[in-house]
Amino acid sequence: MAETVFAPWADPAQKPLIEFCNVTKRFGDFTAIHDLSLKIYEKEFFALLGPSGCGKTTMMRMLGGFDSVTEGSILLGGHDISAVPPNKRPVNMMFQSYALFPHLSIWENIAFGLKREGRDKAFIDARVDEMLRLTRLERFAKRKPHQISGGQRQRVALARSLAKAPKLLLLDEPLGALDRKLREETQFELMDIQEKTGTTFVIVTHDQEEAMTVASRIAVMDEGRLVQVDTPDQIYEAPNSVYVADFIGDVNLFPGTATERPVAPPPAPAVAPEVEETAPIADAALHDSAEANTATQRRLPAPDRKGEWLYEKIFRRFMGYRETAPRRLPPPSPAEIAAARAPVAPAPAPAPVAEPIRPGGILIDWAEGQPPIIAANGDTAMAGTGVTFSIRPEKVTIDAEKPDRPNIYKGKVIDIAYLGNISTFHVELANGTMVKAQMVNARRLANRHITWNDEVWIGFTETAGVVLKG
Amino acid sequence: MRRFSWFNATSLSLGFAFLYLPMILLVIYSFNESRLVTVWAGFSTKWYAELFRDQEFLDAAWVTLKVGVFSSTLATILGTMAAYVLVRAGRFHGRTLFSGMIYAPLVMPEVITGLSLLLLFIGIGLDRGVFTIVLAHTTFSMCYVSVVVSSRLATFDRALEEAALDLGCSAFSAFRLVTLPIIAPAVISGWLLAFTLSLDDLVIASFTTGPSATTLPIKIFSAVRLGVSPQINALSTLLIGIVAIGVITASIVTKRAAVAQARDEQQAARTA
Repeated sequence: MAETVFAPWADPAQKPLIEFCNVTKRFGDFTAIHDLSLKIYEKEFFALLGPSGCGKTTMMRMLGGFDSVTEGSILLGGHDISAVPPNKRPVNMMFQSYALFPHLSIWENIAFGLKREGRDKAFIDARVDEMLRLTRLERFAKRKPHQISGGQRQRVALARSLAKAPKLLLLDEPLGALDRKLREETQFELMDIQEKTGTTFVIVTHDQEEAMTVASRIAVMDEGRLVQVDTPDQIYEAPNSVYVADFIGDVNLFPGTATERPVAPPPAPAVAPEVEETAPIADAALHDSAEANTATQRRLPAPDRKGEWLYEKIFRRFMGYRETAPRRLPPPSPAEIAAARAPVAPAPAPAPVAEPIRPGGILIDWAEGQPPIIAANGDTAMAGTGVTFSIRPEKVTIDAEKPDRPNIYKGKVIDIAYLGNISTFHVELANGTMVKAQMVNARRLANRHITWNDEVWIGFTETAGVVLKG
Repeated sequence: MRRFSWFNATSLSLGFAFLYLPMILLVIYSFNESRLVTVWAGFSTKWYAELFRDQEFLDAAWVTLKVGVFSSTLATILGTMAAYVLVRAGRFHGRTLFSGMIYAPLVMPEVITGLSLLLLFIGIGLDRGVFTIVLAHTTFSMCYVSVVVSSRLATFDRALEEAALDLGCSAFSAFRLVTLPIIAPAVISGWLLAFTLSLDDLVIASFTTGPSATTLPIKIFSAVRLGVSPQINALSTLLIGIVAIGVITASIVTKRAAVAQARDEQQAARTA
């Protein structure tokens, strides 16, 4: 299984399809891209992610040839294309507004690029029909763009940009104009089409959920610089900076000072006073039910996260279309993906009493009168410096009774955001810090134990968070 | 609530009377039997018949038509180009000056335009005739075309052109295959505007014309100076008719297209 994992970026022998070499782009005095280098490989689904104004659209327009490069060069298949005009590049673009030609029918729109190439009629007919089939638009071939719906227009734009079989397809916020449900469907369609055609896709988006869903790798950008380029799971689980942690998903950040943890694990300060509180059966029951939930959650889709990811994104789609696969699971919504990810945190929980806290790492003093955070995965080199401890809400547990976790803090529930499948609790700690904790709603609302203004305990394991510089 | 109060009805009829009474009189008197314009002597269409026998009028009509078609076509080409450049070039030094200079002839007194053109034609030794009128009309109607076209181009999605480039078009073929067909309605209405302006221009035409070329407005004007004849009324009635038919057709076509588009979009939304 290991060799089928698609990761050309990890292979130094692979030649990149696109290479940004120290590219700088200025508009007058404003520098949109700062000395940026990036490699994108063949068959990748690469996402440029960032807030508006971060330079992601400029990157895409430079790839398409609509903006020139001020300094540096862009290589496509080893050739410098910086000076090649857009109509001579083996690159096509799907525009945010779709830019369908309103005076031409759907068929003519798709055939437009092929006709410019001077292809013969039979070839054009065959290719356009193929594209119409691929995007399931056969019925609409004769219509004009204003006679079809937004979702269909999006597919026409995709078909038109794929018709010339470009080496590279650029997608500029391709799903921005669609409503949420249609957008989720279309994301899977996009992945499917990318898989079928084997084209390299570069997508620009500000929607992190979208980037996480479709992309094989994500480049998080900020003010014209790449902050982190990595796979979605790495970006989410191991952000390299506070910026990335904060931009992708929900996160709790604790700025503080790091100190090296004594090598011999001392009696963890947070765990020590556990006897004082009588932990009755109710607590155990609560734990049990939580574990039962996570267990079913985990058993449902696939053996592990990576395998599940691979199956959902590649094989199920691929095989599903040949209709040989007996299993037809519904595609996971982003919320489900989040939910599926959630069990990772409580996973070490089942036998908390027996398992000792992992040694090593650092302690983070983050507030007066609060015990330091134990981060066993923290880099001891950071000791003595200012750090930020970041932890995802779904890795924070919330209990009415004092739980057995390496890191626990007492607080009060201020707010509950009920999202259907999950609930997010906003818990205010004694020193006023707000912490978000997420819980899968395995039980019905009426059975919920924790409600507004309850005194609760939040907890997380010594490896659930990430220690970031600064 | 009554929609037509006394006040409303009065203002409406006064307004319309003000606009159309002169024309109605003209139309009525074009069917007058009598040679005297102000004395009604019974219904007749003989002045129309006489009009079509008058070679001078027919010549003038032909000249007017030629001038109109050539000058408005030229003006449309130049005006569209100017509009395209001004809208597309974005911000550059002196942009306001350039666009101002394009629109200045809109407010320039015709007498001055005519006089300066006359001086130019004499200066370069150009024989005055149909050709010089065409040039003169092109000069002043071009800016009207460019106003119409640039207002359409301002709302034109630039991504459409980029998409055409992206799909392999050169800049010119992108304009020809994508931009032009989409802005065609504006270009056509610019042409029609230029044509009507050329059709009724008297001042500039009389400055720049020579003995060989007399346009209808010049002909009418000089004929009226010798006294209003029923023939002129008949000619004017014909012109009013032509313009009215043109305007009504154009508005019906636009309306139908808009209704059809709205219906298509509704259907698309429903079947989505």
